[in-house]
Amino acid sequence: MSAVITASGLTKRYKSALALDNASFRIEPGRIVGLIGPNGAGKTTALKAILGLTDFTGELSVLGFDPRKQRDKLMGEVCFIADVAVLPRWIKVRQAVDFVANVHPRFDRAKCEAFLARTKLQPDQRVRQMSKGMIVQLHLALVMAIDAKLLILDEPTLGLDILYRKQFYQNLLEDYFDENKTIIVTTHQVEEVEHILTDLMFIRDGKIVLDADMDAVGDRFIEVMVGADRADAARALKPLDERQVFGKSIFLFDGANRAVLEELGETRRPSISDLFVATMKGTYA
Amino acid sequence: MKTFYWLVKREFWEHRGGFFWAPIITGGVFLLLNIMGIITAEVVGARHGINFGASGGLQRVIADMDAGDLSQVGLALDVAMYSAMGLLIVVLGFVVFFYCLGALYDDRRDRSILFWKSLPISDASTVLSKVVSATVLAPIVAVITGIVVGMLQLLILAVTLSFHGVNVWQLLVQAHPFRVMFNLVGYIPLYVLWALPSVGWLLLCSAWARNKPFLWAVALPVATGLLVSWFGIMGLFDLPTTWFWKNIVQRGLFSVFPGTGSVFGHNGNIAHSVAGNPGMDFMDLGNTYQLLASANLWIGVVVGLGLLAGAVWFRRWRDDS
Repeated sequence: MSAVITASGLTKRYKSALALDNASFRIEPGRIVGLIGPNGAGKTTALKAILGLTDFTGELSVLGFDPRKQRDKLMGEVCFIADVAVLPRWIKVRQAVDFVANVHPRFDRAKCEAFLARTKLQPDQRVRQMSKGMIVQLHLALVMAIDAKLLILDEPTLGLDILYRKQFYQNLLEDYFDENKTIIVTTHQVEEVEHILTDLMFIRDGKIVLDADMDAVGDRFIEVMVGADRADAARALKPLDERQVFGKSIFLFDGANRAVLEELGETRRPSISDLFVATMKGTYA
Repeated sequence: MKTFYWLVKREFWEHRGGFFWAPIITGGVFLLLNIMGIITAEVVGARHGINFGASGGLQRVIADMDAGDLSQVGLALDVAMYSAMGLLIVVLGFVVFFYCLGALYDDRRDRSILFWKSLPISDASTVLSKVVSATVLAPIVAVITGIVVGMLQLLILAVTLSFHGVNVWQLLVQAHPFRVMFNLVGYIPLYVLWALPSVGWLLLCSAWARNKPFLWAVALPVATGLLVSWFGIMGLFDLPTTWFWKNIVQRGLFSVFPGTGSVFGHNGNIAHSVAGNPGMDFMDLGNTYQLLASANLWIGVVVGLGLLAGAVWFRRWRDDS
């Protein structure tokens, strides 16, 4: 199957800053891609470019469409939840379902209602009367009932409590995702998406600084816990990062020889958040 | 087509207050004021021992009327029915004005544009649905309300007169409620055409302004007008300064008020034809549609379409930032 998204030389300049700097990437179908980056790194701009919400220079093809020119067609195949709480505050649950059911050719009303039945949402409830978590439930119910090839989530769980957050990703995995669908998600709560991602992309200052699938990440990055006596030996191998825990040092290595590291101490696969912190060091300095 | 129907329905859901309740409340207030006026008149009349028509005098006056006089009575009753519409038209003008200013701005401000834009709907049909809501949906609701209120107004008048010994039905048959309805409904297409430049300008500002669309929409033409007046720029085209105020500022901002086309659209033709034929209904479509012959209307339509194209373009590329 051909790629869902191919981007090459994506560049977007705002008045003062470069939001996307010659970014190139490729996303295959059936993947769950985490697009992770610090604030202002260009995540949202990249997603907006994919959704045809902003202009840019460079080549970009999403499901074979050019988002700049064929946005109307593209949106028949793509869904997105941009941030929490973008549903209009005046709309009622019933109206939202009616409206989407009648304007979206791929909407499955029964599926949406089945999902809503599992929540506390009432048909005559307005968005303005809902909590943030309930708004996301409604939005997710609408989106999951649409048989789209690509789902884009921009900080979908920001400001939700842990129950809603867990439930959100669980629903997404169990009831929505399959091998014909592709999900791109940006979030700062890296720990929560870590176990569901198949691919990882780090973005920094508009550039893609890491683009790998999770297996490759596990092979390439190794964390090793070293006692104080052997710390200098570890430092000589040029680690990406070093931090201290309980008198021991934890070193993060990129592409080092696993056998050598295992001699120094206990090795393990780094968490995405540790990898992220190491990669983004000095971003705000 | 189905999508478009739902787009207009969405506008009605969101703006139920302006499109539906505003005319109904206005109509209710209008009737209430009328009833209060009549009661006051009756009370004052009774206190001063004046009982208008109690001796059957009024009935005799009517009996003495000839056909010509009676048709005047009918016209007066028609005007009473139109008068209910008068207040509604002013309210409608304000509703449409502010609806257009917010239509492509409010959802950018509260970021719900990101939801609307996640659906497969073209920006052109979004903008068009707002134009239709403003120039067709809102006037239809207002006209229906106006007709109902007008009928009630006639009924109240008739009941009041019947207390004074006047045979109501003899008078009522002189009125032309169906002609009035026909004229009011028939005026809507003309309103669509006349309002287009205003609607276009307001929607353009609504789609373009990053903040305070009202200020831009009003201040821009007024400031230009002041500059034009100050420097006498219109002199270059051999036109008086008032030309700019009348044809750009007033036309651009206030054409959403129904009836401004009939008042300003052509140079006193209406007054003339009504004066020449006193029995003629000033709202007669044969009369109002003479506006179609004016260049003013059609230039406005062309300019309006251009402004709407601009609004579609800005809708496409402006996001929530």
